[in-house]
Amino acid sequence: MIRKALIGSHAIAMAVKLANVEVISAYPITPQTIIVEKIADMIERGELKAEYIRVESEHSALAVVYGASAGGSRVFTATSSHGLLYMYEMLWWVANSRLPVVMAVVTRSIGPPWNIHTDHQDVLSVRDSGWIIGFAENVQEVLDMTLQAYKISEDRRVLLPSIIALDGFILSHTSEPVVIPEPSEVNEWLPPRKPLPFKVEAGKFFAVGNLGPDDVTMELRWYIWRAMERAKYTINEVSLDYAKRFNTGSPAGLLETYRTTDAKYIAISMGSWSGDIKEAIDILRDEGYNVGLIRLRYIRPFPLEELRDTVSSAKALIVFDRAVSMGHQGILGMEVVSATNSKIPVKNIIAGLGGVDVSHHDFSNIIRGFIEEYESGLSIEWSIPEWYMPWMIKESEER
Amino acid sequence: MSIQRLALSKFRGVIPGNPACSGCPHNIGLKIVGKTIGDKVILVVPAGCTSIISGYWPRSGLEFPILHVPFASAAAVASGLKAALESRGENGVVVVWSGDGGAADIGFATLSGAAVRNDDILVIVSDNEAYMNTGVQASGTTTWKALTTTSPVIGKTEEKKDIALIMLLHKVPYVATASIAYPTDLAEKIERAVSIRGFKLIHLHSPCPPGWRFDADKTIAIAKLAIETGAWILWEYNNGSFKISPQSKLYADKSKRKPLSEYLKMQGRFMHLTDEDIRGIENKIDENWKLILELEKYYSTKR
Repeated sequence: MIRKALIGSHAIAMAVKLANVEVISAYPITPQTIIVEKIADMIERGELKAEYIRVESEHSALAVVYGASAGGSRVFTATSSHGLLYMYEMLWWVANSRLPVVMAVVTRSIGPPWNIHTDHQDVLSVRDSGWIIGFAENVQEVLDMTLQAYKISEDRRVLLPSIIALDGFILSHTSEPVVIPEPSEVNEWLPPRKPLPFKVEAGKFFAVGNLGPDDVTMELRWYIWRAMERAKYTINEVSLDYAKRFNTGSPAGLLETYRTTDAKYIAISMGSWSGDIKEAIDILRDEGYNVGLIRLRYIRPFPLEELRDTVSSAKALIVFDRAVSMGHQGILGMEVVSATNSKIPVKNIIAGLGGVDVSHHDFSNIIRGFIEEYESGLSIEWSIPEWYMPWMIKESEER
Repeated sequence: MSIQRLALSKFRGVIPGNPACSGCPHNIGLKIVGKTIGDKVILVVPAGCTSIISGYWPRSGLEFPILHVPFASAAAVASGLKAALESRGENGVVVVWSGDGGAADIGFATLSGAAVRNDDILVIVSDNEAYMNTGVQASGTTTWKALTTTSPVIGKTEEKKDIALIMLLHKVPYVATASIAYPTDLAEKIERAVSIRGFKLIHLHSPCPPGWRFDADKTIAIAKLAIETGAWILWEYNNGSFKISPQSKLYADKSKRKPLSEYLKMQGRFMHLTDEDIRGIENKIDENWKLILELEKYYSTKR
């Protein structure tokens, strides 16, 4: 085990190397590009023995790893924003074929206008496709979650592809100290991929994806849904085992709780800004507010039971969303409202779209206001989400 | 490969009574693929007629290992699959069996990408000159003037793009045209192609009875007439050598060709043509011959 300063993109590449990935497809898009550049460098220097395929589009990037995964290989690709949207059709094809593909999504806003900075609109637009979707908070977790993704996706109880989402620039381009597990220990923990769920071979008649009766389609969807349910247990099991073995400091499980044990007001978030929210929670705790944070590590499968347990004695929830479903609410907000069966008032804040920076001061101001509103009986107005606009940020700085 | 060897091959590949239309050229082409390289092949099939011909689960109309894949993804899937085989030193010939739409239109960027990388795959474009699986809509490879359901009265107003020549200019090691009416030529081309490492493409002329509107027993006759009238030219490019295939060679001399109207008049899609239109098509064919003969000359002097 060594400690090293790594940017998030290089942490992904390091995990790909540690996992002994066999086939990688590469297509550049900011801010993902440096992941596949780093992997190319590793391969050309002979540090990683893998096939590296430079494709002409993201649709083909996922098609290549689909083919390689169907041929039995452990695979990797990465993308962002428009690249992910261009892959959309292939995403479903991979998941419906139950292939354990692992992909990094460096989150980025969707245009127009062109914008290369982070929000979660890209990755959350694929949340129904049958992929396991994890969100990292820091660079250590980027590395840990990527390694775990192979173990989880290739588990015979799961056999579903995984996305590791990391915030563009904030994680992908920022250097942090990272504990890197020993390669020999990783090899022992993550043996080569077994040819599951299938492997196409010459001379063996076997068709994948051909026409079938309608009831078979429905049955296959049901299997995927059940595999997602089982993935909850597998994620817990794998991440706990990983934490015990490698002791890198990343939390295990589908969600992380921060000062929630006695919290009456709980914030809910995903991704890198959760670090800022934790700071805000500390400030508010010092001021005497009874607040905590739930950070979802996975949005698919959704940590329904854990979330319900954690919020069971809370008075009200505030959900910070970096993505919105136009015509309704923030996407995480919708998920939380449905998970709590509307039994607890939920305030939904939409902020940080297009990479707009929200600081821990903003978060503490927003959460303070939320508690005051609840205590003066104004939570009835929370039915529509509140947009925390950039000009509000300037105001709060002046204050 | 002789016709006897083709006939003696025990490989089934295509199961009798599969869901193909009667007289389907894809069945004929796939049968020849099976009989030449069936025991070592893995097929990658994008959306198209063959998605249907392959049959309804749990039965199968084709006896091959097959990956059915989205329309625009086939060449990339094949590249990935081949990389998986290569990374573990496993054998297997990866063949994309595609229609003209899946190769030349929606799948073109993907096809071009695989060609540029010179990935070790064989792409067979079974060209029936329209989107037949969705019910005969005009494609980039539909012939000028042909009637389709999206060009129903005056016919297609644009040119047919030449996917084989476009791929030749990708500087890949092997590109050939073929016809389902000449099975030994096709079989030999398949065998030669798979003996070469790198990207190979065979553009297969596949007359479609319902799409071109002719009787199902005329598939071979029409495919043959396409050669005999010079409308389809068989040629082969193999690592720097470009040759018009013997079956077409004779028709470089225009006087040896059968009258074009014999070929066109058998097809409902050309029933509306005026004499002037037929002369127009004939001019295009003459121009094509000029180009192919020039290419043959160019590559022979280059060597």
